[in-house]
Formats: sequence, structure tokens, C-alpha cells
Amino acid sequence: MINVMKGDRGGQILLTLILSAAVVLPCLNIYLPADSPWHVSTYQLTLLGKYLCFALLALSVDLVWGYMGFLTLGHGAFFALGGYAIGMYLMRQVGDRGVYGNPDLPDFMVFLNWEQLPWYWLGFDWFAIAFVAMLFVPGLLAFIFGWFAFRSRVNGVYLSIISQAMTYALMLAFFRNEFGFGGNNGLTDFKELLGFSLSKDSTRVGLFVASALALVVGYLMCRWITASRAGRVVVAIRDAENRARFLGYKVENYQLLVLVVSAMLAGLAGGLYVPQAGIINPGEFSPLNSIEIVIWVAIGGRSTLYGAVFGALLVNFVKSWFTAAFPEFWIFVLGALFVLTTLWLPYGVTGLGKSLSIRKKPTGKEGLPA
Amino acid sequence: MRSTDKSSILKLHPNILLGSKAHLTIVLTIFAQLFFLPFNALAQENTDNAVILEIAPKLSDKKTRNSALEQLIASDAPMSREWLIALLDGVLYLRKSDSLPVFAEKKGKSFKIVNASNGNHEGEAGRREVSKIKINNAIRGKLRAAIASISLKDDDVEVRLQAVKTMTRSLNDSDLAAISEYLPEESDKRVQKAMQLALNLADLSDADDQIIIDAVNAIGINTDDTVTQKLRELSTQTEAPEVANAASESLTVIEKRISLYEKIETLFFGLSLGSVLAMAAIGLAITFGVMGVINMAHGEMIMLGAYTTWAIQTVLPAFIEYSLFIAVPAAFLVAFMVGMIIEILVIRHLYGRPLETLLATFGISLILQQTVRTLISPQNVPVSNPAWMSGLWEIDPALSLAINRVVIFFFCLFIFFTLMWLLKYTNFGLKVRAVSQNRQMARALGAKSGSIDALTFGLGAGIAGVAGVALTQLSNVGPNMGQAYIVDSFMVVVFGGVGNLWGTLLAGLSLGVFNKLLEPWAGAVVAKIVVLVFIIMFIQKYPKGLFPQKGRAAGD
Amino acid sequence: MKPRSTFVHVICATGLCLASAAATAADTIKVGVLHSLSGTMAISETTLKDTMLMLVEQQNAKGGLLGKELEAVVVDPASDWPLFAEKARELIEVNEVDAVFGAWTSVSRKSVLPVFEELNSLLFYPVQYEGEESSKNVFYTGAAPNQQAIPAVDYLEEEVGVERWILAGTDYVYPRTTNKILEAYLLDKGVAAEDIMINYTPFGHSDWQSIVSDIKKFGSTGKKTAVVSTINGDANVPFYKELGTQGVSAEDIPVIAFSVGEEELSGIDTAPLVGHLAAWNYFMSVETDENDEFIEGWHKFIGTDERVTNDPMEAHYLGFNMWVKAVEKAGTTDPDAVQAAIIGVSVPNLTGGLSSMLPNHHITKPVLIGEIQDDGQFDVVSETDGLVAGDAWSDFLPDSKDIVADWRKPMMCGNYNVKTGKCSGQNL
Repeated sequence: MINVMKGDRGGQILLTLILSAAVVLPCLNIYLPADSPWHVSTYQLTLLGKYLCFALLALSVDLVWGYMGFLTLGHGAFFALGGYAIGMYLMRQVGDRGVYGNPDLPDFMVFLNWEQLPWYWLGFDWFAIAFVAMLFVPGLLAFIFGWFAFRSRVNGVYLSIISQAMTYALMLAFFRNEFGFGGNNGLTDFKELLGFSLSKDSTRVGLFVASALALVVGYLMCRWITASRAGRVVVAIRDAENRARFLGYKVENYQLLVLVVSAMLAGLAGGLYVPQAGIINPGEFSPLNSIEIVIWVAIGGRSTLYGAVFGALLVNFVKSWFTAAFPEFWIFVLGALFVLTTLWLPYGVTGLGKSLSIRKKPTGKEGLPA
Repeated sequence: MRSTDKSSILKLHPNILLGSKAHLTIVLTIFAQLFFLPFNALAQENTDNAVILEIAPKLSDKKTRNSALEQLIASDAPMSREWLIALLDGVLYLRKSDSLPVFAEKKGKSFKIVNASNGNHEGEAGRREVSKIKINNAIRGKLRAAIASISLKDDDVEVRLQAVKTMTRSLNDSDLAAISEYLPEESDKRVQKAMQLALNLADLSDADDQIIIDAVNAIGINTDDTVTQKLRELSTQTEAPEVANAASESLTVIEKRISLYEKIETLFFGLSLGSVLAMAAIGLAITFGVMGVINMAHGEMIMLGAYTTWAIQTVLPAFIEYSLFIAVPAAFLVAFMVGMIIEILVIRHLYGRPLETLLATFGISLILQQTVRTLISPQNVPVSNPAWMSGLWEIDPALSLAINRVVIFFFCLFIFFTLMWLLKYTNFGLKVRAVSQNRQMARALGAKSGSIDALTFGLGAGIAGVAGVALTQLSNVGPNMGQAYIVDSFMVVVFGGVGNLWGTLLAGLSLGVFNKLLEPWAGAVVAKIVVLVFIIMFIQKYPKGLFPQKGRAAGD
Repeated sequence: MKPRSTFVHVICATGLCLASAAATAADTIKVGVLHSLSGTMAISETTLKDTMLMLVEQQNAKGGLLGKELEAVVVDPASDWPLFAEKARELIEVNEVDAVFGAWTSVSRKSVLPVFEELNSLLFYPVQYEGEESSKNVFYTGAAPNQQAIPAVDYLEEEVGVERWILAGTDYVYPRTTNKILEAYLLDKGVAAEDIMINYTPFGHSDWQSIVSDIKKFGSTGKKTAVVSTINGDANVPFYKELGTQGVSAEDIPVIAFSVGEEELSGIDTAPLVGHLAAWNYFMSVETDENDEFIEGWHKFIGTDERVTNDPMEAHYLGFNMWVKAVEKAGTTDPDAVQAAIIGVSVPNLTGGLSSMLPNHHITKPVLIGEIQDDGQFDVVSETDGLVAGDAWSDFLPDSKDIVADWRKPMMCGNYNVKTGKCSGQNL
């Protein structure tokens, strides 16, 4: 498995950093006193943990956009579905500690006068089932979506826009209270995960470490796919779909495989994100959220995997910092960041060197494949 | 100004009764008239108005308000009508120091006041020195009815018509007497018909069965609410089976007619929603469809157009009626310029990387939104509807179309055909099409692709701006407004087929109608979800939309 | 350029800047302001941020609090609900604020609530809401349903003679709860089920043609009909425009709204809306000395006479003054001490009464019904005789009528079931 990291210098550095962060930061949190300048607070760890989930999500987008050429505007849907799966498990763990003290139903169902748990909530008392749902519900949706879309050779902007329609329709559906997922308020006020209280520092540290590990495993997996024969075929399809088809490759099967894997990664990211954020609501399905994910990837530099991770970390860090430091003006900074990166750094922030070297050549106009 | 003829004030009833948007202007006009009336004429009648002077303080007390109002309506004091109107318009005040009833007009922070019994100017009063005689909806209804009975002899046909309609809603004996009195003198056919209907309706409550049956027959097919209510009542009563029969027969026909009108109405709603969708999307069909730029700032171009309308109404408050005619070209120019600037500064450097334009224009969209929030206000801003775009076009009591929606529907077609003409029959249009189909070849043949790109993008933005002007008439104008249209616009363009303007128009209209057909049985949310799922399925089946581009240009 | 250096830099910078923010905590008392300044809710919440800045400035001009200067810490949760929780945590843990004033939507409150309970800090929530909640750490200074909806319906029934009801709302928890309470209340009063129509629309719904047409039809049976609107935010403008377009006047079918105030009206041409109603606990047009002073201060602070004041602003005014008084009474800003001290604290409200903090963390308020005027203001047409005490748990919902909240010893519970004698749903 480690072999796949050969020749991926950016990835090697990134993984080393993430792994060491996963070891060092929790130590700094646990063993140093709170007033030490090197102490890392749980708040910062949780924040970083959430960034890592976003990074994993960005990675999954880079896999389909960077390597397969499908500019997905609906990946937020897979992330949110994964999040809802874990959110449902967390809701069931609340048990009779809800405001109405009903042991059988979550508060919002008591409130809507529901008599019994709807069938699709059954089984979510068990973590294993929720975990499987977290991976396979997004996977299944991706499979159905891809099965039809790739078979009828929908591509380009048409594919992008129907992926946006998909997440938009899901958002409207989840907003409906009758749908059984808590409507606009979503799922919140979680108590514990696998018996560990979510308000305990140790649980938070554990979630941070889990997010870091998930990111590393996700990264290795993406690397493995892209470096494999299948991965090369996918890149070939991106660059010249018709030629690949003429050469006898079952184009849609490869595309489907990559999309499903990517959706499952996004689901995993969502599942890790929800216990750290403390809430999941239909806003995650919003088309604008999905566009934002694409932007993380573009900022970091697409088709590199490590660029996506870096972009997600960078944009979210800027967002967290500026929303507190310059609450009135941070949108300008964010907007300018998007415009300037696209203009001057076509290969993203991590591709700075590449952009410079290409700019020097007179033929630098050809740009990236669309 | 006017003579001492007091009916000059009554002349204003039509608009008051219509309850139109021009209400505010009417109030102001009343003022103009009150202030410039030769007040000496009113002063003569000072003594006669003593009765109503006593009523005034009672009007402002909630407990005695109703009886005082009855007194005022019954009173034949010369000023009572003016009082009724002033009360309805909320300009009758009491001066706190001496409880003197006054007509007051707001002038900045203070009020200009006029003695309400003799018309003498009383100078100015501060906000706290006068208190308004407040009325509520119930009183407003009574006032309107009271004014209506006076209005039957008005010179204006519309006033008379509205007066009869107001009376018909709640008929009483004195109204009926007045109607029968004026019917023979009435010259206008519509008013005659309305009056006849009122009399027939009254007959429906008669004790004699034969009179009722005759009235039912006389009314015939009439979809007015009051008629259906009454007929429903008659058809369910059991005392006189013949009457019930006649009523229910008539009712069946009427209800059939109403349900036909309802279908027409739904179709109209759909076309109207469709025209809004299409209009918002046409600009995008240019920037996205023709140029291939994924323009996430499209919604903000719509917003710029809408804010231009607001700015024009703010700068020229006296010209609300004409503001839209100024706003359309102005909004086009503003959005056109901003579009050009965006093209030259940003988009130009991204050709060949169409998907990256999404990123840059998303950034621009964030910046534009926040700029409006910072410079103007994060709140919505008000845009008024001019009177000519307000109100209903009543085809039948059960079918009336909103005039502003009709106007917007045709405006959408106007934009569309102008644009088609521009692209098909002008030199500029030829070049736009050439560049979009084959950039290299067009350049080789002498088209300046750079300036054409800038102009095309400006054109797309400008049209979005014009759409923004129309949308101010239906929806809110605020920093978020662009976001509301962007996703739908992309759906419309893609559904219609990228690069095809006809496709965009038909896609917009058909999605609108589809949505409205679903809405009655599915509800607004589910209807929208079904439409989205339909788009997804449709694209699976027809991967290039309704009207796919043909030929080599279609290849990516 | 290698990615490593940038990345390390970012990681370190995160730590450093957050640490340095914490280090500046000096001799001031900090107040957190948690309102969206961007995104969809900026439209309503920006004003509340400014209100808080004004209140802090005015308090400092009066000499601060406990001899210390007050300092407002403003963050932007950007209408993003998970970000609300993150920013709340940042305000409390990193900036070490002593109380937070903020949130608008129900979901943003639900999102931050566990954070406040876990870190034991104080949140003052200024917006009318659905009730069914009472947290040890939250003070609800907006109206509970019984302080807005019920008196409004009473008014329509008794004074206007309404017999048929349309409950129209945006599909989220506040309208759902309010409509459920109202439905139960109306059925209780003997209104027939077929005389009640309930309709929900999505957020930002912009095409109201069919619904307004349905409303017209529902109201054309001869019985007096009214619309009780819990339609939220941006959807109101097109809704009212459509009412005007289709000629639904306030005399025929009055609309009473719970989410439309002066600020929302400032974005609409109100001429066609004259006579439609709203129920609030405060109107800008109320004539009292306190209100005049407040409006004057607001205009001075914001730099223009054009800006209006509204009910949630008054709620912040009350919440802030109660907090100040409680801190003075307790002599410290310690959350537990303030929680104990604030119950029973009374401050003058802007409508001429004295509002006090109840043991269930809601406050007493007058209920005013106003009719929209053509200048965008409301004329008060009805007012409750005294103040109405906010009820956390509605008496009209079967699951909550047995629940009471009392944060005084010995009960110390926001969710006490008097039947089972159990206190549930607490994160203590």
C-alpha cells in the first residue's frame, strides 16, 4: 500500500504532517497545562478535526473532478447523507434523555405526534448499521445516479447541473418535516457516541485522531486508485472519452466505480464531521455548499489529491479566522481569494511552481483540460 | 384650484374604493385639495358642523367609537363626508391641547394642521401634540360602505360600479332602495348589470318561492361569490324543493364554469411563473449557453438591475409611474458595464478553462453581494409598483388576471425576440455566433474576438439587469435576491439545451406550467422536488436538453 | 515553493492567533455578539449586532459595569448553523466572554444550545420562537407562543369576528409549533375542522400565485376569514405583493403576521398593505418616553433617521438591561451567580411597563396588535390589559402540558413533568 506513495512528493509531505499532527497535537492537549504557550485546546483540536473532515470531502471531489473530469456540484449530498446516518445513530443514543423523555422516539417525532419510529429509522440504534449506512447510502445514490447518467453519456455541464439538481431536490426533501429527519432543525443535541460522552475532551481528541486517520486512509486509497490501471484508464477517459471507448474500454463502468468510491469517502467525511459539529441539518445539501467544496479543490490545485486537502484546510482556516477577526469584511477577502487564485494560480496554491514555469513558456495558453 | 363644490373631494372616491396602490397619492391629493380649497366657503358652515365636533372626541375612544361612527354616518352635517374620507385615509387627528379635530399632513417630523370643522389653517404641530383618530379594519369597512352609498350618483362610471359592488357584498334595505332609485337613470351598461344583479340577489331572500325561482333564472350563469353562496344556501334548504332544484341546477352550470376558469387560471399562473424563470435565465443563456462561462455572478447582475430600479425611484420620487421606463435602459447599462468590466478583468484570462470561470465568478458574486450589504444596507429595499401595473384585469368574476404578471409575460417575450433579432439579423449578432462556434476561424476571418467577447458578456449581464427590473414588481429587492434565481436559471438553460435561446424560453415556460399543474395536489415543496427529479430524468434520456446543438460545434 | 512551509505556517498560525486572542483578556467585561453578518440571515441579524454595539456603548457612557469597561466581541457565523456552534465555542472558550447575545433562527439556537450548557455560559435569545424549551443557560427575551399567537387569535375572533382560519407558514419548527398550538386552541374554542386550512411553503418561496388564489377561494364562502401568517423572512415580500396584486384587501381577508415587523416593512411598498396586522410585544410607533429615548439613541448611533426599530431590538434592550442589573446584584459576572440573581429582575420595557425575568427564563411582556400604516409603521389597535408571562411549555400541546420549568432551587429544572415527577432532557 505504501508503494502507491512513490513519486507523490506533495502527498508524502502531507501524510507525514497529518500523521504527526495526529500524534503530537493530542499529546500537547493532554500533557501540557492549559496556560502553557504550546498547549493545544480541545476547541482548536475539534476545529482541526472538522477541517480534516472537509479535507477528506475535498479529496473525494478531486477524485471525480480532477481524475475523471466530472465537475460535481452535488457532492455535498453524499457528505450530508453520511452525516445523517451517523446523526440518526446519535439521536437514537439520546434514548429517554430528550426533552419529552420519550424512550422510543426522538423529540421532533414526539412533537409531530408520530406514533412509532418510521421503518427507515429501524436499526440505527446499532453503530455498525449506522456505519454501514454512512458508507453505502451515499454509495448507492452515487451508483443509481452514475448508472443512468454515464450510460446515457451525459457529460460536461449537463452532468454538473443534474448533480446540482440532485442535491437541491434532496435539500428540499429534507427540509420537509414530514420526511422524518427533523426538517430545518435537523438532528442536534447529541449526547454520546459508542458510550463516550461527546462533551468530554477525550472523546473529542479521539474524534480528531479518527478524522486524521480516515484522511490518511482515504488519501492512500485515492492514490491507489489513481495509480492503478483503472485509474489510468479513468484519466484517459477524462482526456479523450471517445478514444477510450473506441479502444474497447467500458467507459461507464470505470466512471461508475470512481464515483461510488468517491461518494463513500464523502459519506465517511460526513459521518466523522457530525459528532464534531454537533448538528446536521438540510443546509448541508445546499447547492452553494457543494460549489464551495469544488472551490476548495480549485484553490488547493486539482488533479493532485494533496492540493485538494491543502485547499480545504486553507479556505476553512481563513474562514474561521476571518469570521472572528474581520466579521464585516471577511467575505471580501474570501471572494478576492477565489478570483485571484483562479487568475494567477491556475494550478492552485500548491501548483504555484508549475504555474510559474508554464507562464515563462510562450505556449502557456493551453491551460488545463476542461 | 377647484371651486367650492364639495364633490371635488368626493371625486376621489374611485381610487379609495378601488383600494389601489395609488392610495398614497390619493391621500396626498386630498390634502392638496383641502389645503387649497377656498376655506372661507367652509367657514360659513361652521355652525352646522357643531354636531360633528362633539362626535370627534368620542371617535378616538375605543368604547364610544362605534356609536360615534354611526352618528357621523347618519349626520347630515356638511363636513361629514369629508370626515368620513379623512377618517378612512387616517388624516383626521385631535389636537391634544384642546381636543380640536384637525386634518393633519405629515411634514418631516411635524404636522401641518387644518381645523377640521371650518378649514382654517392652524399652523404646524409636533408629533406629540396631535394624536391620530385611529380606525381598524371593521371601521374601514363601514366607512367604505357609507361612502359607497353616496357614490352611486358620482359622475365617474368606475366609481359607481365599485360602489354597487361594495354594496352587493352586504346588501341592506337602504342600499337596495338607493339602487332601485338610480337604476332607471343609469346610463352605463356594466353598472346597470351590476345593479340588476344586486336587486336579483335581494330577491333570492324573498319569501315567495316563485320570485326566488324567477330571480335564479334572471341571474343565469354568474360566477360571482355572492351568487354561488346564496345558491348553495338555497339548494341545501329543504322547505321548498322546487327552489332547491332550480338553485342546484343553476349552481351545477356555474360550478362547471368556475372550474373551467380555474384551469385557465392555473395555466396563466404557470405561464407567469415560467416567464419569470425564462426571463431570469435568458441572460444566462448568453453568458453560459453561448460563451460557455459558468457565470455564478448571474444572479448578482439581476440584483444590480433591481437596485438600479430602486435607485431611480429614490432619486425621482415624483416619477414612480414612469420609473420603470427609465429603469429598463438604466439597468441594462449598469449591468452591461459591470459585465464588461468583469469580462475584461477576469473572464478574459480564463478562456479555454470554462469550468474555472465558476470559481472566479463565485468569488465575484460574494464580493458584489457583500458590497451591496456594506454600501446600501443588508435589509431589503422597497420598490413601488406603478399604478398602471397594479390591479386586476377582470375577465369574469371568477377569472381575473394580475396586470403586472400579464405585462411581465409580454415583457419577457419582448426581451426574447429583441435578443433573437439582435443575434440573427445584425452584424454584431453574426460575429457573436461566429466566435462562439469557432473562435479561431472567426478570428482568421477578421472578427475581433476580444471585444466581441466583452460585448457578449456585457449583453448577457445587461439582459439579466433588465430581468431584475421586472422582478422588482413581484419579489423582494435585497442582497440575497440573486441567490434565489441562480440555481433555477441554470436548470432552465440546461433543460432547454445549452446554446439554444428558443430552448431556454420553452424550458422556462414549460417548467413553470408543469410546476403549477403539480402544485394543487402536491403542494409547493413536493412540486418543486418533482420538477427537479423530472429534469434529472429528462437529461438522462436526452443528454443535450430539449434542443441539442447540432453539428461540429456541439462537440466539447 | 514547497507546500510544507505554507502548511506548517497555517497550522502554527491557527494556534498562535487563537492563543493571542485569548491573551488580550484584560480588565474589561466581554459581551459576545453572535449574529450573522453575511448569508441569508444577515438581512435581519445585522441590525441586532448594531443594537448590541449601541447598548454596550451606552452602558460604557454610564460608567460601565462593576467599574469595568464593557467590550463587545463580534463574530460572524455567516448564517451557517454548524458555524454558529463553532463561533459560540470560540466566544466562550477563546474570547472568554461573560454572556452572549445572539442567534435568530430556531436552528441556530438549537445548534448553540449544547455548547452553552456544556461550557455553562449565558445566551440571551431575542426572537419570538416556538417555545417547548427552557435551558439553564438560555434566557428567552422574545415572545413565547402564548405572548404572541394566542392573543392575536383572540383579537381576530372577538373584535373582527373571524370564523374561518388559514394558518400559513414556512415549513420549519416555529410555524409548525405555533400552528399546532393554534389549531388545538381553535378546535378547543369550537371552530370546525373544515374552517381551518393549514399551508406550508419552503424557505424563500417566491411564487405565491396559487396559494393566494386558494386563500381567496377559502375566504369566499361568506364567513369572515383571516390568515395567520408565520411566513418567514424573504418570502414575505412576494407574499404581500401577491396579496396586493390579487386584490386581497385587509377588510376582506386580514393577514396577521408574527414575523413581519417595521424592518421587514421597510423593504416593501406598504400602501397596498394598509390594515393588515401584526402581533408583537413592541412597536416603534408606541408613544412612551423610554421609546423616544431609545429611538433617538438608535438614530444617533446608526447615523440616520431613516432606520426603524423593531421588536427583537427591544428584546435585546431588555435582555441586556436585565443582565446588567443581575450582574450588579450578584456583584460578579460568574454565570451561576448571574443565573441565580437574574430571576425576578425587572427592567422598564419600551411600551411603558416593567418586564421581569421569570423562573422559567422567559420574561413578561405586553402583547400589542398593530395595523400596518402606509408609512411602514404600525398603529396599535389592541393591547393586552397587563403583561403576559411567557410560557415555555404550551398548555395546548398534549405532550407538553404537564411540563413546567423553574430554575429556582429546589426544582432547578427546565423540563419537569408534574405527572411523573421526572426532570428530563437536561445536559447538566
